[in-house]
Amino acid sequence: MKKPGEFYQRNRALHPPALTPGYKTSMGRSPRYSLISLQNSISEITGPVFGPADIDPGDNDLLSNYAQPGESPIGERIILHGRVMDENARPVPNTLVEVWQANAGGRYRHRNDGYLAPIDPNFGGCGRTLSDETGYFYFRTVKPGAYPWRNHVNNWRPAHIHVSVFGTGFVQRLITQCYFEGDPLIPHCPIVQTIPDPDAIEQLVARLDLNATIPLDTIAYKFDIVLRGRRSTLFENKLEGN
Amino acid sequence: MPQSLSYLRETASQTAGPYVHIGLSPGAAGFDIYRRELGHDICGPNARGERIRVEGVVIDGMNAPVKDVMLEIWQANAEGHYAHPEGGGPVEEGFRGWGRVISDFKTGEWGFDTVKPGPTPGRNIGRQAPYLNFWLVARGINIGLHTRMYFEDEAAANARDPVLNLIEWENRRATLIARRDDSGAVPVYRFDIRLQGEGETVFFDL
Ligand SMILES: [Fe+3]
Repeated sequence: MKKPGEFYQRNRALHPPALTPGYKTSMGRSPRYSLISLQNSISEITGPVFGPADIDPGDNDLLSNYAQPGESPIGERIILHGRVMDENARPVPNTLVEVWQANAGGRYRHRNDGYLAPIDPNFGGCGRTLSDETGYFYFRTVKPGAYPWRNHVNNWRPAHIHVSVFGTGFVQRLITQCYFEGDPLIPHCPIVQTIPDPDAIEQLVARLDLNATIPLDTIAYKFDIVLRGRRSTLFENKLEGN
Repeated sequence: MPQSLSYLRETASQTAGPYVHIGLSPGAAGFDIYRRELGHDICGPNARGERIRVEGVVIDGMNAPVKDVMLEIWQANAEGHYAHPEGGGPVEEGFRGWGRVISDFKTGEWGFDTVKPGPTPGRNIGRQAPYLNFWLVARGINIGLHTRMYFEDEAAANARDPVLNLIEWENRRATLIARRDDSGAVPVYRFDIRLQGEGETVFFDL
């Protein structure tokens, strides 16, 4: 009998290393010893399972999930959509995708954000959804604004949406950020530049997707997410122990 | 030109940043938006096994508490089964085995209630001692860190555990073992995580 085996080893060259001096906060928060490499056991090939009972249908609509009745947030109305896939290009269905972002002025609804741009009374800034059986997901929201942050004194984050995704195994767990095609701040951002591989950065940039745009209503950007793939054959060494 | 391998490449990680709570724990950010936040109830009401509490703080390389960390827990039930189709066996109704906890903004302390897991199968190398899987993210952490929490009162199982024994430096194994305190109504395990510096916690590439 064939059953899926381990996840492919993570290609660390695609990911930022722990220590990235250009992003100052990493200096004190980066482990200095090497990670200890383990082969997958049952703890790694399994992960939390989510279902429709965990969320509400409107949770993926940031245009309405915090707005007063009849109102909507200020800003450029966008659809952010894409597929969750694995490295074998297979869809990852029924997986939880969560997003959070600043409002159109670059301000977060968070007790610790003191940026002078105003809070939008009709915008919460978070959403969540389950991918469908083809791995597809979508959100409606406003395009977030750029915002300044204390790293060097003149650092600005490009417009971005934070994205959290699970997959089927706990070792697929991933948090990343989605950027937008054409944003001139991307090459200047020390957080973006923690990623050493230029192609891996490109993969975080959502493309304008006119085919998915709703004419006279909402413009669309496409953002696909790739999680680690799995071997399709049995473990070479039996998973169960003696 | 040889044929190309048609694998996709994994999406790169980026830091969760300081406002992770907005998306994953909005009540802590200061607003209520969802009918129910996820990850607050790890084991449910029907879980068998010993009820425990786990507490700790994440400490940075300057020896200061990390006050904006988010931790996720993934664990087996008392029989060593995970709540997953490939989890090794059935679990109690309502047992999810997954939790999400954030640190206090002022002190960095975090804590959660659950049940102590049972031992789980290892990989061809014997049974593993009981442990909780942890994954943590924060501002300044570029890619989520995986670690494990083992239990002080499982000394014999810990001594045989294939993963603990894989850690070449015996003194570093101790960074994964939580201390047990029986002075309260419920046993409390203390698990401080050191990101960097003296006593740096062992993190795994899984
Ligand atoms: Fe941000």
